[in-house]
Amino acid sequence: MDLETLLSFDWSVMAPEFIILGVATLLSLLDLFLPKKIDRRLLGWLGFASILVALGFLVGMYDKDPMQVTTILYETYRLDSFAMAFKTLILVGAAFVMLMAISYEPKEGLKEYRGEFFYLLLLGVLGAMIMSSSGDLITLFVGLELLSLASYVLAGLRKKNLQSNEAAMKYVINGGIATAITLFGMSYVYGLTGTTNLQEMWITLSQINARDMQYLLVIAFMMMFVGLSFKLATAPFHMWAPDVYQGAPTPVTAFLAVVSKTAGFIIVLRLFVTLFFPTRSAEGSSMLFSMGEFIAVLAVASMIIGNFVALRQRNVKRMFAYSGVAHAGYLLVPLATVNFIFIFEAMWFYLVAYLFMNIGALAVLQVVTAQDDSEDLSRFAGLYQRSPLLAVLMSVFLLSLAGIPGTAGFIGKLSIFVGAISEPTNAYVLASVLILTTVVSYFYYFGIMTQMFFRPAASQEKIHVPVGIWITVFVCALGTLLLGILPGLALDMFGSNFDILRDIFETDN
Amino acid sequence: MNSIFLTALIFAPLLGILVLLFTPKTNVEAIKIVGFLATLPSLVLALIAFWQYKAGAGLEQFAIKHEWITFGNKDLTGEIYGSQVYQPISFELGVNGFSLVMILLTAVLSTLAAIASIHVKKEWKGYFILFLLLQIGMLGVFAAENLLLFFFFFELTLIPMFFLIGKWGYFEKESAAYRFLIYNGLGSAILLIVFVVLFTKTGTMNIAEITAMFTGNSDAMFLGEVSDDLRMGLLIALLVAFGIKLPIVPLHSWMLKVHVQAPPSIVMLHAGVLLKIGAFGLIRFGVGIFPEQFDQLAFILAILGVVNLLYGAFLALIQTDFKMVLAYSSISHMGIVLIGLAALNEAGIQGAIFQVVSHGFIAALLFFLIGVMYERTGTTDIGKLGGLAKAMPLTAGFFLVGAMASLGLPGMSGFVSEFLAFMGLFNEMPVVAAVGTLGIILTAAYLLRAVLGMTFGTKAAGYGEKVVDLRGVEYIPVFAMLFFIILIGVYPSILAQPLQDTINAIILGIGG
Repeated sequence: MDLETLLSFDWSVMAPEFIILGVATLLSLLDLFLPKKIDRRLLGWLGFASILVALGFLVGMYDKDPMQVTTILYETYRLDSFAMAFKTLILVGAAFVMLMAISYEPKEGLKEYRGEFFYLLLLGVLGAMIMSSSGDLITLFVGLELLSLASYVLAGLRKKNLQSNEAAMKYVINGGIATAITLFGMSYVYGLTGTTNLQEMWITLSQINARDMQYLLVIAFMMMFVGLSFKLATAPFHMWAPDVYQGAPTPVTAFLAVVSKTAGFIIVLRLFVTLFFPTRSAEGSSMLFSMGEFIAVLAVASMIIGNFVALRQRNVKRMFAYSGVAHAGYLLVPLATVNFIFIFEAMWFYLVAYLFMNIGALAVLQVVTAQDDSEDLSRFAGLYQRSPLLAVLMSVFLLSLAGIPGTAGFIGKLSIFVGAISEPTNAYVLASVLILTTVVSYFYYFGIMTQMFFRPAASQEKIHVPVGIWITVFVCALGTLLLGILPGLALDMFGSNFDILRDIFETDN
Repeated sequence: MNSIFLTALIFAPLLGILVLLFTPKTNVEAIKIVGFLATLPSLVLALIAFWQYKAGAGLEQFAIKHEWITFGNKDLTGEIYGSQVYQPISFELGVNGFSLVMILLTAVLSTLAAIASIHVKKEWKGYFILFLLLQIGMLGVFAAENLLLFFFFFELTLIPMFFLIGKWGYFEKESAAYRFLIYNGLGSAILLIVFVVLFTKTGTMNIAEITAMFTGNSDAMFLGEVSDDLRMGLLIALLVAFGIKLPIVPLHSWMLKVHVQAPPSIVMLHAGVLLKIGAFGLIRFGVGIFPEQFDQLAFILAILGVVNLLYGAFLALIQTDFKMVLAYSSISHMGIVLIGLAALNEAGIQGAIFQVVSHGFIAALLFFLIGVMYERTGTTDIGKLGGLAKAMPLTAGFFLVGAMASLGLPGMSGFVSEFLAFMGLFNEMPVVAAVGTLGIILTAAYLLRAVLGMTFGTKAAGYGEKVVDLRGVEYIPVFAMLFFIILIGVYPSILAQPLQDTINAIILGIGG
C-alpha cells in the first residue's frame, strides 16, 4: 500500500474515531505529565467534550446520500446506515457514562487512577465504534478485543477493593474463554469461504449448496453465538454478570450494561444477518431462520432466569445485573423471529430506550450508594424524603424498565412484541413469555419503589448529587418520557435516515 | 372532527398537577383546595357534553384524531409498502352514548372523592398528584378510540392506585398494593396480548374498524388468518383480563384486600369506576368484536354471573366487618352485570349497563359513609358499632338509604338495573335466572343485617363518647350521590335515552 492509495481513501468517514483516539492519546499523555495537584476531573470533561464532538461529526454524516455506502481500507471499514445508527447509540451512552465517571467518588478515593479511568473508557468506546463499522472479520475482532481489554481493566479499577479485584479476575478469565470460542467459530467460516471480508463471505456462502457444509456452518454459527452471548450476558452465559456488575465501579457497570451490551448486539446483528441470512440451510430456507429456534431457547432462558433470579436479590447492583440478563433476553426475541420488517427497528429502539432508562437508574444508584460500600436494597429506603426529585426520576426509570406505558421501555417492548407475533413469524409462545415475565419483573422494580416511597429513611441527611449526575439523570428521564409519549421522534428519524438491510447487502461498490 | 374538547376534558387534571408541583408541601389548605378545584373542569366539560348530547347534538363533534406512532412498514429491501401493512396508530379520542355516561360518572365521582379526601391524614401533596393522575387514566379509558390508547390509560390507573393503596391505606396496605399490582398487571398483560394479536391481524388499532372487520361489516381484508378457534381464544383471554378487573369469582381475591385496605376516598373511585372498566371492556370488546363467540359462551357467563351473585351474597352474610360486607356485596352486584350481558338481549344489556352506572353511585355513597364513620369511631366492626343511630342519626339514616338502594328498592337506581337484567335473563334462560333471584333475597338479608346491626340496638362500647354527625362539606357528596341514585330510579330514561344508540349498535352486532 503506497502513499497514493493511502491518500485516496476518504478518511473523513473515520473522523469520529480519530477524534476519540486522538483525545484518548492526549489524555494519557496529560495524565502522565501534569503535576499531581491538578484535578484529573478536567481530563474527564475533556473526554466528555470529545465524545460530543465525535457525535456531532457522526450526525453530520446522516445527510450523506443514504444509498451510498462508503468503504475504505479495502472494505474493512464501512460507513453504512447500520454503523451510523448504532454508533450514535454508543456515543450517546458513552457520554452519559463519562459524566457518571467524572462524578464517581468511591469511599477509598480514586485519586491516582482517575486519569486512566477516562482514557480507558474512551478506548473502550473506540473499540465499540470500530465494531459497528467493520466490514471484515479481522476488524470486527480487533474492535471487540479493544473493547474487552479496556473493560477488563476498568472492572478492576478500584485496586484496593476486594470485590473489584474479583470482578476483574472473573471478567478476564470468562472473557478470554468467550473470545477463544468466538474466534474458533470464525475460523470455520473463514475455512469455508477463504476470505475474512464479510461481503465476499456472504456471496460465497450464498452459493454453497452442498449438504456436507451444513454441519460446519451450524458449528460455526453456534460457536460464534455462544462466544458472543457472553458480551450480551444472556443465559446461560450470564454467570459473570452479577459478580462483575457488583464489583465494578458503578460507571463501569453502566458502561458494561449499556455500551458493551449494545456493542454485543451490533456484532451479533452484523455477523449473523450478513453471513447466515443469504445462506441456505439443508431444507432450503435461510439459515438464519432455521437457527431461530436455537436463539429462541436462549431468549426464553434469559427472560425467565433473569427475571426470576432478580426477585431474590437484595444487592441492587446484582438485581440490575439479572434485570440486564432479562432485557438481553427480550432483545434476542426479534433476532430469534427474524421478522425483517421489524428486526433492526425494534432492536435499535429498544437499545435506545434501554440506554436512557438503565443509565439513568444506575446514575441514581451511584449517588444513593455513594456514602458507604453497601448496595443493599435498604439504601433506597426513604429516598423520597431525602430527595423527592431523585426518587421521582428513579421511578420514571424503573417504570420504563418494567415496561409501563408512557415510557420508552413500553414502546420498545411493544415493537418487539408486535414483530414477534405478526405474520409470518407468529411466535406466540416467545411473545407470551416476554409479556408474562415482564409482569414478574414488576415485583422487583416496584420493590425498589416501595423502599423509596413507603419505608422510612434511616437518616434524614440530604444526598449530595454532583452536577454530572444531575445532567445524566435529567437528560435520561427526559429521553425516557419523551420517547414513551412521542416515539415517532426516534422511529421516524430511524426510518427516514437508515436503510440497513439494503446497505448490508449492497454489492455494487 | 378534531376538536380539542375531549382532550381538554381528559387532561384538565394535569393543570392541577402542575400547580401542585409548585405548591409548598406545608401549605395543606392550598393543596386541598387545588386538588379539589382541579377535578372541576372535567366535570363541567362532561356535563356540557352530556347536556348537548341530550339536546340532540352529534357526538362526532368532540372527536379528535392525530397520527401518533408508525412502525414496521419497511419490507425486506427497505421499500415502504404500497398500501402500508400496519396503519399508523393515531391519537384518537371519541365518545358514544355509553362512554359519555361513563365519563360523566367518573367526573362526578372524582369530584366527590376529592371532597371525601379531607379524611386523608398525611402527605396531601403526593396524594392529590396521584389522585389527579388516576382521574386522567379513568377518563381516558372511556374516551379512547383505539386499543393502544385504551391500554395506555388502563395502565395509567394502575400506577397511582399502587401508591395510593400502598402509602395511604390501612394496616396491610403494602400487601394489598402488591396484590392489586400483580393481579391487574397480569390482566393487562393478557389484554396487551389480545390487542396486539388484533393489531397484527387487522393492521389497525382503531376499535371501530376492528369491530367492523370482525363482524363482517367492512370491506377491508384480514392480514392473516383468523379462525373461529382463534376468535374464541381471544374472547376467553379478554374474559380473563376484564374478569380480573370486574371481578369474576375465582379472580376476585385482590379486590377484597383493596376494598378493605385502601383509603375510603380511593375505594369510592375503585368501586365506583375502576371495577366498571372491566364491564365496559367486556361490553365494548367482548360483545362488540366477538358477538358470535360471546353468544356461544352466554350460558357459561350466565352461570358465572349467578355464581358471583350468590357467592358474594353468602359470604357477605357472615362478615363481621362492614367493609368486607360491602366488598362481597360489590362482587355480588357485579354478578348482575354478567347476568345482563349473558342474556344478550336488549333488556339484559340495558340492565348490565344500568347496573354499572347505578352501582357506581351506590358503592361510592356507602364507602364515603364508611370513611366518615371510620374517621369518627376508628372501627368498621359491625359488633362494635351498635347503636350508631343515637350518636350519628344522619349518618345512620343515610346508611339505611344506601342499603335500600343497593338491595334494589323500587324508586332507586338499583331496582331498575336488577329488574332489567333479570327480565333479560328470564327471557333466555329462565332456570338460571330463577336461581339467581335467590341472590336478591340474600342481598336484602345481608345488607339489613349489617346496617341494622350498626345503627340500632344499645350503644356499644366500641367507640368513644364524642362522636359527631355529618358536618360541613361532608353533606355535598352524600346529597349529590343520593340525587343521582334517585334520579335514575324514578326517571330511568335520563340514562336510557343516551344509551339507546350504543345498545342498538350492540344488538345489531349480535344480530338480534
